[in-house]
Amino acid sequence: MREFRYEKAADPAGAVALLTGEPEGAYLGGGTNLVDLMRLGVATPDVLVDVRTLTSTDVEDLPGGGLRIGAAVPNADLAAEPRVRERYPLLAQALLAGASGQLRNRATTGGNLLQRTRCTYFTDTTMPCNKRAPGSGCGAVTGLHRNLAVLGATDEGPDSPHTCIATHPSDLAVALRALDAEVRVLGADGERSVPMAELHRLPGDDPARDTTLAHGELITAIDVPALPWATRSRYRKVRDRASYAFALVSVAAAMDLDGGRVRDVRIAVGGVAHAPWRATVAEDALRGGPATEEAFTAAAEAELAAARPLADNAFKVPMATNMITRTLLQISAEARA
Amino acid sequence: MDNQIILRVDGAETPVTVDTRTSLLDAMRERLGATSAKKGCDHGQCGACTVLLDGRRVNSCLVLAVTAEGQEVTTSDGLAGETPHRLHETFVDHDAYQCGYCTPGQVVSAAGVLAEAAQGWPSAVTEDLVADRTDLSDAEIRERMSGNLCRCAAYANIVPAIAEVAVEQGVRA
Repeated sequence: MREFRYEKAADPAGAVALLTGEPEGAYLGGGTNLVDLMRLGVATPDVLVDVRTLTSTDVEDLPGGGLRIGAAVPNADLAAEPRVRERYPLLAQALLAGASGQLRNRATTGGNLLQRTRCTYFTDTTMPCNKRAPGSGCGAVTGLHRNLAVLGATDEGPDSPHTCIATHPSDLAVALRALDAEVRVLGADGERSVPMAELHRLPGDDPARDTTLAHGELITAIDVPALPWATRSRYRKVRDRASYAFALVSVAAAMDLDGGRVRDVRIAVGGVAHAPWRATVAEDALRGGPATEEAFTAAAEAELAAARPLADNAFKVPMATNMITRTLLQISAEARA
Repeated sequence: MDNQIILRVDGAETPVTVDTRTSLLDAMRERLGATSAKKGCDHGQCGACTVLLDGRRVNSCLVLAVTAEGQEVTTSDGLAGETPHRLHETFVDHDAYQCGYCTPGQVVSAAGVLAEAAQGWPSAVTEDLVADRTDLSDAEIRERMSGNLCRCAAYANIVPAIAEVAVEQGVRA
């Protein structure tokens, strides 16, 4: 592991000032991903600015029924928060579906969103990876990619400096994407609000960048807007074992029903892309239409029409289609009960 | 780079100089001689290093020692007072280990599970998310203990060892 200095700041602005002046430094939250990446030699910061207890550890009510989640709220505490469990079941379920009890106790809300891909080519410094070592190529497109992206990836072949089929590993981010959450960010020039739709990016021609945040910008809180019908919501996750594994495919969904019709719907899919994938094609197809299995399946198939799977991850396309259908069926069955 | 810190492990305060790269796990084992927590994977995947940090179970291999200053660290050793913790006794009674290497982490993690259940925390297998009481069924114990691996596969005995204490503490029917 590279040697590093350990710094603390008096407040968030002080942390931003510290890190902005340290081009190779990094923020340390819970450290459950960063410390591991440093041990692997994947992350090599020369300064760590400890922000684990610097931002808010509170969940506050927003006017109108939303919630402001402090960036330092541990994942375990957020999942146990009664207002989250009541208002946004999909959010509590997404958190509980991730990691282990020990990791959820340590990992922060802000850090969860900024965790790096678990693509094995990214975490192995002897392998080519455009995300870790820009320009080195991508070992995954012709190698082990069973768990990697089928939507929105860049595949120009293994030698291209643009190729990246990594997936974003966060469960929380998928739920927040469905809920149209906004991320509050503090930078050297002040505070700004970043919609979840704009926080994570697709690899495009610059796979090294996971998010649109600039160096030194610090997540201070996440605002979840009110969505009264999110009480009818679900997070479903399919993985290789029943617990403590990353998603093959996950679905965060909420649905507002008017009798047998879909008044409104939110669907986000995890495990399929470089960012949490909002299924806008499926949502548009469903809105105002019948809440039937046939309609759910047709909408899911329309969403997945854009998929470009590789040899070993093509199973994710029917898996995502079926997951969207089953999740919406489950929500509509619960609504009728 | 060296930092001087004071670590508080199982009630004992010890000043120690550690490199910023040193994990809490290595600081305990290599510098303080507190070898209750074990190093398995060193990546936060196996749970052998589980300790309570200010009462919450965490993987001590992923905690940098410099960040733990001022916090109370409790290992499996520290759970015992004059007498063993009830989990120590039920692990023995149920033969909930074979080689024993993962056991201190299993015991500390189980203590964390019981505390979390007493606070009404749900898990991924909890049907009623808004229930204010937790019932630690076998399925709940398995889910909540999934961050602790046992290569001897003593799971079949670990679950009843924890269940017995859960009943005593009123978090299992």
